[in-house]
Amino acid sequence: MQEQTNRQFWMGVLARAQLESLEAHWAGLPEQPEYRKVRAPEVGLAMVQGRAGSGGQAFNLGEMTLSRCVVQLDDGTAGFGYVRGRSKRHAELAAVFDALLQNDDRYAALMSDCIQPLHAQWTADRNALSRDVAGTKVDFFTLVRGEA
Amino acid sequence: MYVAVKGGEKAIDHAHNLLARRRRGDTRQAALSVAQIREQMKLAVDRVMTEGSVYDPELAALAVKQASGDLMEAIFLLRAYRTTLPRLAVTSPVNTGDMLVQRRISATFKDVPGGQVLGSTYDYTHRLLDFKLLAEGEAESDVAERASSEEPAAADESVARCPRVLEMLNSEGLIESAKPENEQPGDLTREPLDYPADRATRLQALARGDEGFLLALAYSTQRGYGRNHPFAGEIRQGYVAVEIVPEELGFAIDIGDIELTECEMINQFVGSKDRAPQFTRGYGLGFGQCERKAMAMALVDRSLRAAEFDEERDSPAQNEEFVLSHCDNVESNGFVSHLKLPHYVDFQSELELLRKLRKEFEEHGSNRPAAKTNAATTATEVTS
Repeated sequence: MQEQTNRQFWMGVLARAQLESLEAHWAGLPEQPEYRKVRAPEVGLAMVQGRAGSGGQAFNLGEMTLSRCVVQLDDGTAGFGYVRGRSKRHAELAAVFDALLQNDDRYAALMSDCIQPLHAQWTADRNALSRDVAGTKVDFFTLVRGEA
Repeated sequence: MYVAVKGGEKAIDHAHNLLARRRRGDTRQAALSVAQIREQMKLAVDRVMTEGSVYDPELAALAVKQASGDLMEAIFLLRAYRTTLPRLAVTSPVNTGDMLVQRRISATFKDVPGGQVLGSTYDYTHRLLDFKLLAEGEAESDVAERASSEEPAAADESVARCPRVLEMLNSEGLIESAKPENEQPGDLTREPLDYPADRATRLQALARGDEGFLLALAYSTQRGYGRNHPFAGEIRQGYVAVEIVPEELGFAIDIGDIELTECEMINQFVGSKDRAPQFTRGYGLGFGQCERKAMAMALVDRSLRAAEFDEERDSPAQNEEFVLSHCDNVESNGFVSHLKLPHYVDFQSELELLRKLRKEFEEHGSNRPAAKTNAATTATEVTS
């Protein structure tokens, strides 16, 4: 698989972030930039596909809720938010941060103050889930019949 | 045939009010919140998401609450809701190989790379009612006790990435390979089912099909009605990333993670003069934790592939039209339930016919087989 670009990375992080964390990062910005909504936030569906036999013919498994929003900063930069679930606000904030991160002057600070901590939180949550079940790993052993 | 009837608005309003009160139950008991259902009735929520065919735990929990716990009604509610939303995207096929594993077992190999991970399961429980759960205060302390009594897992201990069990067989050529095809699969939410259906369409229908119906069909294959010698090659459950490629961006982005359960069955082998015998596959996939459903789906998927392998088709589980036309519980429920609608006119005509036939019978005596045949024919015509 192709290496993820920076933008793909931060968009994935923003989509997975908790809304409260995004709101906190938004409120914590030194100044909140003006933006307009090119495409107002809306809730819809995405058809999730699977593959027969996990690697074969694709099939439609079922849908999931999805929110999206497109914003534009005053300097013309467009930002996109596509996030699982039905939070329009989440999609809007994800779009705004996506636009801000494309600005070279803001990039470094936003990466270190917002994206990295959000990613670290997600990673920590996943590790916790994984640790939770690690204790249920078993070694089955077979009993040989007729052994003395 | 049924006819529209007027009247009854007031009674219907009252019935709805009564329903709301009965749903709430005894008001001396605290009301259930949707969040409580989502967290504590997770398996019900997961079933509603899978068969309602919409992944959204909060909406599914709301549906369970609104339906007083009637899961089929909840599934119906979710299906109705989905029709109000626009389709914004089709995802890339999920890669279950990259799953954050929460459970992963194989019944075919005891030593699998990544290990057997039991996860949270009702397997190995004694199926004895736990009266500690009845005394609510104690139950809370029990959870705390269980958490503290467990040895804390080492900080670096986790479940490794689990390679696919069936791929191990595939690398030796012992099982049919699952070939990726680029063709866009049919979508039965857009196009009505048409027979014969391809495997992709069948899998979509099975994925949203009724768990009970599929379980019974799966069981029938095990009992000899379309036997296909299954082994649970691998069952895994956990979280996978969902990716879309928005047109305006032109590159793939993750929109989040969803929980899935997957079952890969290994089935009896087929071969021919020109092809060495190989195991065949059955596949099951669903939202959330739905292991029983995923297993049943995999068994029925395989039995519906009978034609592909030139197997005799003489059992219900191998009959595509029978299985696919009846596995959707929203449709089944609709057609069975429509019998509750007023059939007054229809029934009146049946009644008249019956009276006429009985009159004829009394007038001409009982030994007239011709009349009997006529009656049967006429009755069929009237009801169809």
